[in-house]
Amino acid sequence: MRQSNIGWLFLAPATLILFVVGFVPFIYILYVGFFDWNTNAVDPTLRWAGLQNYRSLVFDTTFLNSLARTLVFAFFVVVSELLLGYVLARALMADRLWGRQFFRTIHTLPIVVAPIAVGATWRLLCVPGFGIVPYYLKLWFGIDYNISTNAYHAFSTAIIMDLWHWTPFVTLSLMAGLTALPKEPLEQAQIDGGNKLQIFWYVIVPMLKPVLLTTVFIRLMDALRSVDEIWMLTKGGPAEATRFIGLHIWINVFPKTDYGYGAAMSLLTLYVTIVLSWLLFVAMTGRKGGAQ
Amino acid sequence: MRRSGITSFVLWVCLTILTLLPVWWMLVVSMRPRVKLYSKSFLIDDLYWDNFLAVLNSSTFLQYLWNSLIVATSNAALVCALGLLAAFGLSRYKISGGDNVFFWLITNRMAPPAVFLLPLFLLFTKWFVFGDFMLFDTKIGLILLYCVFNLPFAIWLLKGMLDGIPLELDEAARVDGATTGQVLSHVILPLARPGLAVTFILTWIFAWNEYLFAATLTSSAGARTVTTALAEYVSVTGTNWGEMAAMAFLTTLPALVVLGFVQKHIVTGLTFGALKG
Repeated sequence: MRQSNIGWLFLAPATLILFVVGFVPFIYILYVGFFDWNTNAVDPTLRWAGLQNYRSLVFDTTFLNSLARTLVFAFFVVVSELLLGYVLARALMADRLWGRQFFRTIHTLPIVVAPIAVGATWRLLCVPGFGIVPYYLKLWFGIDYNISTNAYHAFSTAIIMDLWHWTPFVTLSLMAGLTALPKEPLEQAQIDGGNKLQIFWYVIVPMLKPVLLTTVFIRLMDALRSVDEIWMLTKGGPAEATRFIGLHIWINVFPKTDYGYGAAMSLLTLYVTIVLSWLLFVAMTGRKGGAQ
Repeated sequence: MRRSGITSFVLWVCLTILTLLPVWWMLVVSMRPRVKLYSKSFLIDDLYWDNFLAVLNSSTFLQYLWNSLIVATSNAALVCALGLLAAFGLSRYKISGGDNVFFWLITNRMAPPAVFLLPLFLLFTKWFVFGDFMLFDTKIGLILLYCVFNLPFAIWLLKGMLDGIPLELDEAARVDGATTGQVLSHVILPLARPGLAVTFILTWIFAWNEYLFAATLTSSAGARTVTTALAEYVSVTGTNWGEMAAMAFLTTLPALVVLGFVQKHIVTGLTFGALKG
């Protein structure tokens, strides 16, 4: 390591760009959030509103419901993907699995498909009257599956779509993490007579912690902000059953041009995201000392 | 051992079918004429290309495709260059507050795009205006903008890779009289090349796949991307499923081609990202 400010020269270009497209917008909504500003209103100028936008936000049940819905969605998605991804990672790593490379490639496929195309595809699968999913569910199980009228069906389809799209990412990173684990502690634990569960919990999990943390982190961020797929699948419906927070901001702010309120909404969403990630970070790193 | 091998094989066959089903159905629908659209068979009855031809004959769609290509490629190149420099700075120099800067850089990727849509829309239409030129509705605007999520990702991946290149190599080169620029171009660059390729491809795919920014911050055929074409198409035509499926397939195709070539490296890329978290 060289003690020198030359390092800053290398960082400068990236920092500058992210300052302009990342930090300036942040400061800007912070500012706009304190104003009453609607370009299509009688008075299209900025008028000081103090904390009024935030005060209204606290009583805005549509916003709060959509936020809560997003958290539920993210929780289900991240937990199931982690469990599923771990099982699949272990299965894929089984020795002497015929066609391993082929399976891996196929499994990587959903990651690279554009979310908007994922939404379009699942719409083709699930849309009532056309898709094969409602048709065969009715034919084989007698279930009336309809994502455009049944809120529960729409919500669970959104979750399953996300599982299809992102479990492979979890599988691949866990697989990478598992492959890189040193063999000695595992063998030592086996010699010491640890059972599978003990080895998993006391040896594998602590060693895998950095990988787990990163994976959950990335997945949580993405789950909290998923918009494209849902937009294509259900347009946030039926009613507001799948209107997650990003979608809510997007379809509310721009047609209404209510910028001050939109800014407050955006900022609060950002705040929740940051707090959640921070809690996750503390929870996962804090437990590290106890397990070892 | 043998039995568990068979179990996992069967598991994988089932999983592969589940993974492929949506994509397969998209392909099936895209090859169906209007009269057969409501058939529930899983098979492609005959090779019917008219849906693809209809999509590809639309000059707007071709223009959108071209825009996407330019935006994704330029953004990936920009991000790789700047990401490598930043990662070099972070990995090789003790910068005061370096950890904080790194953390801040990374948090940009965490930002929900929907949160940034509004300020960016306002900035692009009202503030970043230079004479007749404004960033709103330009490819340059999108190229810069996609740095928000791609640049942190690139820095993250590349820093992990550079940290893996032993410092002794740098020191040895410096002892031999190499300047910092030469260390970067003759020691780091050749060793980081596979990592750079992975970074380029992944960021290219992220840029190609992006929808929300493109939909909000562009308005004309000069800058709209292929993902917005797909979304527009769905809301305009409603039930022309065949052409919609064809368009979705064409949107996905480049990513699929890339996947075939670099699947192993994608795993490597994700490995670095995960292990160096």
